[in-house]
Amino acid sequence: MTALAIGGTNRKAKIRLGPIVERVLGILILLFAVYWIVINAIDGPDQFVGSVLVGLQNGALYALVALGYTMVYGIIELINFAHGDLFMLASIVAANLMVNVLGVGDLTTATILPLIVALVVCMAFGAFVNVSAEFLAYRRLRTAPKLAPLMTAVGLSFVFRGIAQQDYINGSTQKNWPVNWGGPIIEGVYVYKLLLVLVVTIPLLLAMTYIVARTRRGKAMRAVAQDQDGARLMGINVNGTISFTFALGGALAGAAGVLYFLVQTQTYYDTGTQLGLIAFTAAVLGGIGNLTGAVVGGVAIGLVQALNEGGAHGLGSNWSQSLVFIILIVLMVFKPEGIFGRRTTEKV
Amino acid sequence: MTTTLQRPPATGRGPRRSGPGAVARFRWPAGYVVVIVLLFLLYQSILPTLVTPVANGIASWLPVATINECLMWAIMALGLNVVVGYAGLLDLGYVAFWALGGYTAGWLMAAPFNWTWNVHLATAVPGDYPGTHINFWFVIIIAGVLCAILGIIIGAPTLRLRGDYLALVTLGFGEVITQFFRNSNNIAGLNVAGGDGGISSIDGIGTGPFHVVDKSVPQALSIDSTSNTYKILVLGLLVGVCIFVSLRIREGRLGRAWLAIREDELAASMMGVPLVRAKLSAYAVGAFFGGIGGVANASGITGAVSPSGFDFGKSVLVLLMVVLGGMGNVWGVTIGAFLLAWLNGNGLKQIGVQLDSWFGWGAETWLPRYNFVILGLLLVLMMLFRREGLIPEKRTKALLRTPNRTEMESVGADITEAEAESEAAEANSGDDAAIASAARDVSPVLGQAPSARDDGADGPDGVVRADGAGTSDGTGADPAARRRDETGDVSR
Repeated sequence: MTALAIGGTNRKAKIRLGPIVERVLGILILLFAVYWIVINAIDGPDQFVGSVLVGLQNGALYALVALGYTMVYGIIELINFAHGDLFMLASIVAANLMVNVLGVGDLTTATILPLIVALVVCMAFGAFVNVSAEFLAYRRLRTAPKLAPLMTAVGLSFVFRGIAQQDYINGSTQKNWPVNWGGPIIEGVYVYKLLLVLVVTIPLLLAMTYIVARTRRGKAMRAVAQDQDGARLMGINVNGTISFTFALGGALAGAAGVLYFLVQTQTYYDTGTQLGLIAFTAAVLGGIGNLTGAVVGGVAIGLVQALNEGGAHGLGSNWSQSLVFIILIVLMVFKPEGIFGRRTTEKV
Repeated sequence: MTTTLQRPPATGRGPRRSGPGAVARFRWPAGYVVVIVLLFLLYQSILPTLVTPVANGIASWLPVATINECLMWAIMALGLNVVVGYAGLLDLGYVAFWALGGYTAGWLMAAPFNWTWNVHLATAVPGDYPGTHINFWFVIIIAGVLCAILGIIIGAPTLRLRGDYLALVTLGFGEVITQFFRNSNNIAGLNVAGGDGGISSIDGIGTGPFHVVDKSVPQALSIDSTSNTYKILVLGLLVGVCIFVSLRIREGRLGRAWLAIREDELAASMMGVPLVRAKLSAYAVGAFFGGIGGVANASGITGAVSPSGFDFGKSVLVLLMVVLGGMGNVWGVTIGAFLLAWLNGNGLKQIGVQLDSWFGWGAETWLPRYNFVILGLLLVLMMLFRREGLIPEKRTKALLRTPNRTEMESVGADITEAEAESEAAEANSGDDAAIASAARDVSPVLGQAPSARDDGADGPDGVVRADGAGTSDGTGADPAARRRDETGDVSR
């Protein structure tokens, strides 16, 4: 039904634009992007290296958040607008927990224990909030038209932002935390920051892939994503599986919140909207519903953004949001299914 | 206020059905004009003569400035209603048009960044003022056209997207436009729109048509163009025009095409509705209204524009107005805009003051700070319990209440419901498990399961059954659902 509808609109639009023109334009844009990256590398190799490192660091974070989007979209076809704001709330929880409760100041090897505590707490927090949102709101709207859950998600995102904006939570301005990094610096990038992000992110991503690809629960998730009724008839607990998916996504957002706080050492109520949208773009870039795609898309967006901000021919951080959205729009026009879309049949 | 505005809905859709009588056709415009003129007279002449407590009450609960804001937001909500309510295209970046409209006013009705030339066109601004000063009414049209073009530009690449992607892309566009204006003090070295500071000291609405006719007319009417009471008339006129256009366009060919697209895009295109043209015109018309709203805001309400005012929150606020009032229903949307604009502008604070006088919570300071939370919760609750809004449109109601999924899937949803209810029935019967199981065995035959569904149904899904019974989906799914109940029981 849905697929048929897409086919119909596609055909309509293609008649207007002309498939050949479209393809040529797409290739030209791609060539331009490659040219831009190469000329950045040639003209400012040092900046390029720095940008790549920053890009990896941010891209890993984007990947974590993007996974939450992509899994939820894969299973119930809902763009969870509140996901980015959940991530933002998690970063605030992490900041308060680590600085105010556990007394973290300068980051040394002794902060590993508080870090683990914060990761566990924030992942639990993210999972709890996400599952509660699903249970209280989205579940009741599962048979409703798409507009309804989407608007509910927007409303929840608003609630989260409003809560974070309160003075006793985080305030309506950026809050800087007295957390200091040490260690070697390469091209303006703290090596330990990058290491921390990678050390936390990579096992999480591997665990996620394992859960989805190898476990019974993962099999159930894939089944529900393909056909809810079929899965139900096969004896799969559909509601439980959807809740589990939300829990996984929320936990990843929680982990991303901890990392974001440690890397940026600041929290801001608007982070969720900004970074959430970037992460969603990453998910779409990789092919929404595809786990590998989300990770690849996250890193790719992170690299492009970093290159734009730090590269020799970048537009500067003032325009990074616009750049990401232009990527999104170009993608929507030329390749809505993303890099990995359609090629793999695996969804979730 | 609201009660008087509520009267038109009965007559608003009337003219078509009750025949093309001239009286019926002019009923709502006449009522609307009366409301606006009464409002104007209330603040212009009646309020100063009232006894102090009443006058103070009105002035604190419903100040003139808030009335103006409400009218301005009503224009915005009516515009978004065309896109979301009529055509069913979820637009989360509507603030982009508001911003562009505001900046158009800034470019054409002010002297930004020491522009040295002075262009004057039918304005009351003294001739030796530098900068561009063009009459409010011309600027409204220019801004509307600019926004319509922007709307088409935004709409074009999103045409082939499905609803949820569309929401995201429009949201992205909204952010990009805001970012453009934020960085606008240095676009390739040019100061285009003042950057973070924006453009300030934009001309007021002016005496508009009165001035063009004859400069002595405003004085004769003792109307001060800068007074808020006068703005009620101007903004009221704009809202009236928007309502008129919304109502008329809905009845026409284009409006019916939008409704068809909203309800089933594929079927509409099969019936020969030009999807591309209809969708683009929905964007264009909505954007036109948004541009008017932007000019009204920049020129009439704030007198200045800056990028910080055009955030995502504003888009959601307008969306909430549309949803709260009732998507697709012009009167509902107008009232939704009035309610929320009042709540957001003055109402929450005033409610806080009132609460303070009763309980002494200090709510005056903290209640307005929760406006994000309150608005968000309101949106969620509306979606959960009253998706069709306060004053629902008939067709929207049917659309929102019928399940959108495939028949199989909605049948599947029924299974879970039936399961939950049979479980609940078991729990209720308590000790008498034998009777419960017997009843469950017999239920498909006796048709007890459907009745249990009707009784035990709570929340929106229950209403789905009750309302959707008349639609093809509801009746089609029901016998199948019974069969499913049977299999569900057997498998257990």
